[in-house]
Amino acid sequence: MSVITLTPLDLVLAAALVVLLAGLSLRFDLGLEGRILVAAGRMTAQLLLIGLILRTIFAHVHLAWVVLIAVGMLLAAGREVMARQQRRLRGWWGLGTGTGAMFVSSFSVTVFALCVIVGTEPWYAPQYAIPMLGMLLGNTMTGIALAMDRLTQAAWQQRAVIEQRLLLGEEAQTAFGEMRRESMRTGMIPIVNAMAAAGIVSLPGMMTGQILAGSPPLEAVKYQIMIMFLIAAGTGFGVMIAIALTSRRLFDERDRLRLDVLR
Amino acid sequence: MSRLTVEALRYHRCGPIDFTIADGTCMSLTGASGAGKTLLLRAIADLDPHAGRALLDDVPATALPAPTWRRRVAMLPAESAWWHESVGEHFGVGQAAGNVPSAESLARLGFTPDVMRWEIVRLSTGERQRLALLRLLANGPRALLLDEPTANLDGPNVTAVESLIAAFQRDEQAPVLWVTHDREQRERVAAQHYRIENGTLRTEPSP
Repeated sequence: MSVITLTPLDLVLAAALVVLLAGLSLRFDLGLEGRILVAAGRMTAQLLLIGLILRTIFAHVHLAWVVLIAVGMLLAAGREVMARQQRRLRGWWGLGTGTGAMFVSSFSVTVFALCVIVGTEPWYAPQYAIPMLGMLLGNTMTGIALAMDRLTQAAWQQRAVIEQRLLLGEEAQTAFGEMRRESMRTGMIPIVNAMAAAGIVSLPGMMTGQILAGSPPLEAVKYQIMIMFLIAAGTGFGVMIAIALTSRRLFDERDRLRLDVLR
Repeated sequence: MSRLTVEALRYHRCGPIDFTIADGTCMSLTGASGAGKTLLLRAIADLDPHAGRALLDDVPATALPAPTWRRRVAMLPAESAWWHESVGEHFGVGQAAGNVPSAESLARLGFTPDVMRWEIVRLSTGERQRLALLRLLANGPRALLLDEPTANLDGPNVTAVESLIAAFQRDEQAPVLWVTHDREQRERVAAQHYRIENGTLRTEPSP
């Protein structure tokens, strides 16, 4: 089996469907046509750009290039985590907490997978390293953003309960414990559900892509299983780190709830 | 037997504030809404950042872990919070073993021991206020900071709460700081009277 190359005309035909959708949006007065076209245009430009970048990097395999791309992806994900929170930590903590948690979890899991499981040569081979890191970052980002948003909202809304428990002599992390656990569950449930539904409700995108590209289905499935394990572990570790950092930041050394660290 | 001392306490835009409440006595505190009465109680309980210090028998708050200090110098907030389903689960918070109030103190506030199985959602405001006091006393505090503890109670329950606190104050020889707007209550419960105005503490003359 080999890949059937898509011609520009093929892409134009697919794009015509989106233009049709935008037309229907205009016809039914949904007011979405502008956003549909802009988003479609952005997606096209961004993917073409990353395709060019990846082609260049694949041609010149060097650790520095891979690190540069990885750091760029990490910062973009960190910014996204921050933007998805209604009440985020002030100052560098806002960007740093989510980014730090993703750095520790996604990077360590990816490096572990590259070195120990896949055994690429060199270990930072961009053809493996960048897509795997991308999948890990994308998923840990969702989990961490959900969990941190839940936690800071809980601290804000349940201030009366937290302070009542502190006044009765509970330690900060005990008084906050149930909210911490609830936030961690919120962050981890999407990936747990995705694992449970994989293959029955949905065919995961990576596996589908590999099959379209001509890989034998069982090889694609094995890769998908590995990626699911990595994503689950990376998301779980990342959520735990982010929640630990955030909940520590919300209280000071005298076990006081410090909502002034939020904005 | 304990003595509560506050030295050069500054918080928010108030202070410096100094006073001592001797063992077994009660000090009343009044002041306009927003004058900083509740914030003073929170600063003494070390729930808000502040300058200056509070001491119980010459032991400053900072010498103890904050949860220990708050169990000893116990603050009753104006509005109590409840987070479990039943009343009983809220007793003994912050301690290894659950402390349940004696049948006698329950009875003094008009409850029978089966109140521990009541659901929180069915409690009236007044019941919550009385149970919050029992919950606080069950922790075995050495000093009390009370923020309008009878604000939502009717006449007989006000009397019952006042006498329960007086008994605690006498039996444990504990200092009590009592925030109230009620002039008559002030005269009934406290020996020394203060008012917060423009961020400072002044003695309030008895009528």
